[in-house]
Amino acid sequence: MGKTLFDKVWDSHVVESIPNGPDILYIDKHLIHEVTSPQAFAELETRNIPLLRPEQILATADHNVPTVNQHLPIKDLLSRQQLQQLTENCKKHNITLYDLGHKYQGIVHVMAPELGVTQPGMTMVCGDSHTSTHGAFGTIAFGIGTSQVAQVFASQCLILNKPKSLRVNVNGKLAKGVTPKDVILYIISHLGTNSGTGYFCEYAGNVFREMSMEGRMTVCNMSIEMGARGGMIAPDETTFSYIKDREFAPKGEAFEKKIAYWKTLPSDADAVFDQEYHFNAEDIAPMITYGTNPGMGMKINGTVPLNKGESDKKALAYMGFEEGQSLIGQPINYVFIGSCTNSRIEDFRMAASYIKGKQKAPNVNALIVPGSQQVVKQIEQEGLREVFEMAGFEIRQPGCSACLAMNDDKIPSGEYCVSTSNRNFEGRQGQGSKTLLSSPLVAAAIAVEGKIIDITKFLN
Amino acid sequence: MEKFVKLTSTAVPLKVENVDTDQIIPARFLKVTNKIGFGENLFRDWRYNPNNEPVASFVLNDDTYSGQILVVGDNFGCGSSREHAAWALTDYGFKVVVSSYFADIFKGNALNNGLLPLQVSPEFLQKLFNAIDENPNTTFTVDLESQTISIDGSGQQSEFDIDPFKKVCMLNGYDDIDFLISKKDAIETFEKQRQTEINF
Ligand code: SF4
Repeated sequence: MGKTLFDKVWDSHVVESIPNGPDILYIDKHLIHEVTSPQAFAELETRNIPLLRPEQILATADHNVPTVNQHLPIKDLLSRQQLQQLTENCKKHNITLYDLGHKYQGIVHVMAPELGVTQPGMTMVCGDSHTSTHGAFGTIAFGIGTSQVAQVFASQCLILNKPKSLRVNVNGKLAKGVTPKDVILYIISHLGTNSGTGYFCEYAGNVFREMSMEGRMTVCNMSIEMGARGGMIAPDETTFSYIKDREFAPKGEAFEKKIAYWKTLPSDADAVFDQEYHFNAEDIAPMITYGTNPGMGMKINGTVPLNKGESDKKALAYMGFEEGQSLIGQPINYVFIGSCTNSRIEDFRMAASYIKGKQKAPNVNALIVPGSQQVVKQIEQEGLREVFEMAGFEIRQPGCSACLAMNDDKIPSGEYCVSTSNRNFEGRQGQGSKTLLSSPLVAAAIAVEGKIIDITKFLN
Repeated sequence: MEKFVKLTSTAVPLKVENVDTDQIIPARFLKVTNKIGFGENLFRDWRYNPNNEPVASFVLNDDTYSGQILVVGDNFGCGSSREHAAWALTDYGFKVVVSSYFADIFKGNALNNGLLPLQVSPEFLQKLFNAIDENPNTTFTVDLESQTISIDGSGQQSEFDIDPFKKVCMLNGYDDIDFLISKKDAIETFEKQRQTEINF
């Protein structure tokens, strides 16, 4: 029987298998940030354990940073201390840190791929569930808890049971205006938020093969929202040309050698998956969520499905929506385009293509938060800054921002926010805020109209 | 890590499904750099209204219920990987969380902090809720050695699964770090081999 992409990468990283137990899995790259690392550093310090491979760790400041005036000291005392702690820890242990103000600083899952840190066949972890993003490169990448951060610090390994394998196939031709975000929201709305628990997911089919790396990252990013530990897409020419010439990519002959290796990674034709699903690209439409988990999504011109249990009713009550209701015409006062799901250059190109020459609606606060300093640079070089500013959008500095609202970028209680992030949990964007997830294209259109519209009509 | 062997306690019922870690501990409480005091803000936005007054109807504010066991709806702990969720539950005083499903990362985090994520069938979960509804003073006994949870005095019992490696860790209060450090030689040998194989 053939091997899956996941098997190949996993098996090549097993240091030892504990008899009748889990594997000791070697980790090639460890990404860290300010929120989930301090307790891990403290743990090792108390136990007097050194870090094994600090050169395989890369740190950035993203979750708890302000998105204005990043050159000034941070006002909030606790946030300032948390970032100082990261700086001190990195200095003490010789870890490379892209701190505020550094030209490579950014959301960890935007920054690492664009620097060529993320490469096929690697194992990567980070104390953040959306580490699944890096799977777009054919990488085993997954989020870990702080105890595991400490384990990787101490040993560059984790003790894990090998997950089961799942493949989601999408074939056919996507309609105009259907973006990678819609594809993944559609998949999750059909499979539910825990269908992937215990699995690592591979996305296959021509829809993913034809997607850009940015699009593949958007898809893999949200694997965790269906419960899967991670998602992967087979590396191919699109992957190789994305990595080529990036800062930390191998160069010259070394790069050619790597490509030869990377080409051996895709799943064998006779590989068998523990679970498999198939979808038709033609059935997918621009999506929006109406509830308080990412599985509660629907076609933007559809109606809120009839719900079953208590939890669904609670979600609708929180959102202020009713079963059978259409969301078209629903006024929206906040639009957030950002987060590790949709804050890459392609996302802003997509938003700008709709916004160009238009104005945001007067009732809308429209926030654009690029994923990294590099993306900021690209936005400027491509003239997108003017497009956004002329339309009345506010462009901020890189960070997680309103995706989790740890900093000041909060949506006020009771307000609806159409957001390109990945979670619409109760209060995720600020206490009492109501989040509707969408693609950057849909978010841009809603910002212009000030209410939910049937984007499909505008495109044809 | 604290050992876990056996526990008899009353339980707190939270009949909500898909409880995500943002509800267990909202992001605005993640700014501290230690593990202390998270229990105060456990389920903060369900427990207190925006004026910081306790919400009387929320189960943690209801004197009827108490105990070291939390019984919750399906798919508990989904969402963010924040281990602060496990720290908040243990800091509050819970030692066991019972559900019919746990999200992967939460489950691992709980086990790494001596908090037992105990998965039962949806039917048995319903029995637990019913037992608490009928009499909030019902006690439950969780025995890790025999991997069983019983509704005391009713004769009803269910077995549960736990990774054998994690079971040993919990029974003895060991964590993965000690074990991994003992494997240093094997890890270094692996690194050398991998270097030559694919030159990472
Ligand atoms: S942007 Fe949001 S989802 Fe992504 S890493 Fe930051 S907080 Fe997590």
